[in-house]
Amino acid sequence: MNDQIQLTYHVSAADFTRAGEASSDVKSKLKQMGVSPEAVRKVAIAMYEGEINMVIHAEGGTIKVTITPTEIEIVLADKGPGIADIEQAMQAGFSTAPDNVRSLGFGAGMGLPNMKKYSDEMDIKTELRVGTTVTMKVNI
Amino acid sequence: MDKFFTAVRLDEDLCKGCINCIKRCPTQAIRVRNGKAVITKKFCIDCGECIRICPHHAKLAIYDSIDIMNQYEYTVALPAPSLYGQFNNLDDINIVLTALKRMGFDDVYEVSGAAELVSEMSRRYVQEHKENWPLISTACPSVVRLIRVRFPNLIEHLIPIKAPIDLAASLAREKAMKLTGLPSEKIGIIFISPCPAKVTAVKTPLGIDKSEVDAVLAIKDVYPRLLNHMKEIEASQEIEELAISGKIGISWGGAGGEAGGLLTDSYLAADGIENVIRVLEDLEDQKFTSLEFIELNACNGGCVGGVLTVENPFVAKVKLKRLRKYMPVACNHLINVEDEDGYWTEAVRYEPVFKLGIDMKESIAMMTKVEELCERFPGLDCGSCGAPTCKALAEDVVRGVASEKDCIHILREYIHKISDEMSMLDLQSRNKKTE
Repeated sequence: MNDQIQLTYHVSAADFTRAGEASSDVKSKLKQMGVSPEAVRKVAIAMYEGEINMVIHAEGGTIKVTITPTEIEIVLADKGPGIADIEQAMQAGFSTAPDNVRSLGFGAGMGLPNMKKYSDEMDIKTELRVGTTVTMKVNI
Repeated sequence: MDKFFTAVRLDEDLCKGCINCIKRCPTQAIRVRNGKAVITKKFCIDCGECIRICPHHAKLAIYDSIDIMNQYEYTVALPAPSLYGQFNNLDDINIVLTALKRMGFDDVYEVSGAAELVSEMSRRYVQEHKENWPLISTACPSVVRLIRVRFPNLIEHLIPIKAPIDLAASLAREKAMKLTGLPSEKIGIIFISPCPAKVTAVKTPLGIDKSEVDAVLAIKDVYPRLLNHMKEIEASQEIEELAISGKIGISWGGAGGEAGGLLTDSYLAADGIENVIRVLEDLEDQKFTSLEFIELNACNGGCVGGVLTVENPFVAKVKLKRLRKYMPVACNHLINVEDEDGYWTEAVRYEPVFKLGIDMKESIAMMTKVEELCERFPGLDCGSCGAPTCKALAEDVVRGVASEKDCIHILREYIHKISDEMSMLDLQSRNKKTE
């Protein structure tokens, strides 16, 4: 018997009304599994920000969530444009979101900083014109 | 006291075992077992949706009968402001209040009066507790119970102030005791309610140890009696001046009224339990950063939409608007009430009723099984198994309260398989005979 459960989500391109469905599903499953409210909150916010980023910048991608008795690992992988300067992107307020997205209220530039704030570990691997993979871990 | 008491009951003779209520329940608390609807009490939040939707009128709210007045030497009626929106052509609330006295109550204390005090306390509390913005109203018992079982991260946002009915009951009892000199047990403080959630709130309160309300009557029971008296009063014009509230208090009866009493623009008011759930999910994900206050009502339209009311909620809201048009903004102020009387004395605790396993290892195993079962089930959410969705049946199976074969599609596959096996056996035995 496996001591972990893996969930896979395919996030579709630029459909804002559905953005957040994956993190919503993970949130409700974590609650049902009795994960502490604090850990649920961290995962919900960090994953939501990552999911929105995938929709805004990368036309979607795949999210794999692995839940073990001690931690939740979230891997967001896309085939988008990649991040030119990671350090700059991590600055609060900096955003490369296109205008049509900003007019909808997104693009405040708090995505990556929030992801870092609410996860216990975060790693970004990116290559221009190839894609980006963000891995986050939240301890239970 | 049973911490999961609920005020909804089933008339088994009328229940047809259809799927209407199981599909409508916002917490998936209902299942059909042996042809009858059964509510899992710890999931039920008394929102009344099942009562609203049942086409066979098999779902009922429990409340006290009007005869309960006879148990007390001195009775005070506490009408909810939604009561005033039930009548046609009413232009003076005192007519309703006088009619309550003609019905047999010794005195009347408007819940809307206490509501204005709650508004004043809330205004102050919101300003003094920016760290918990947005603060969530706790007047709707259904919403508080929903938050305690499903949104533990929001418990710290609940405003720990008594609901108007509880503050009104304390004040009414004090006033009655002072006036009559009678001991507390002989005084009946009786609430006239638009909904069953308030019955639960009185019998098993959250935030306070014990409710000062002795009995809860339904608006729809009291309505026909009041009508007769109101006609006489209007004809004779013998109207007593019993009203004590202004615009703010009366507005509490409809959605948006409580938020209006906060005198701020940074608020959100949502009504209808599905909308409430959506707001709470978004609030949990920190999607509302600039709000100070959130008013939530389980019923569409606010309290005027409760299942124990008579009038259409949207019409009732308009009537309340007309009634309060020429009233002063508020008539009740906090000079005479000690602030401590208005606050909660107990914290609301998270009740993880939906939890699958006792620890993470077990939960992971159970969740894995749920996912596997969901793959096997057809995903039609047809309700024939008695559960609202295929996922709910999967959870029931894993919890040990249902079986895979409750699914009629799985059962049909199984029957085909057995039937094939039996044909094979039959063929084999016939072959043997011919050998």
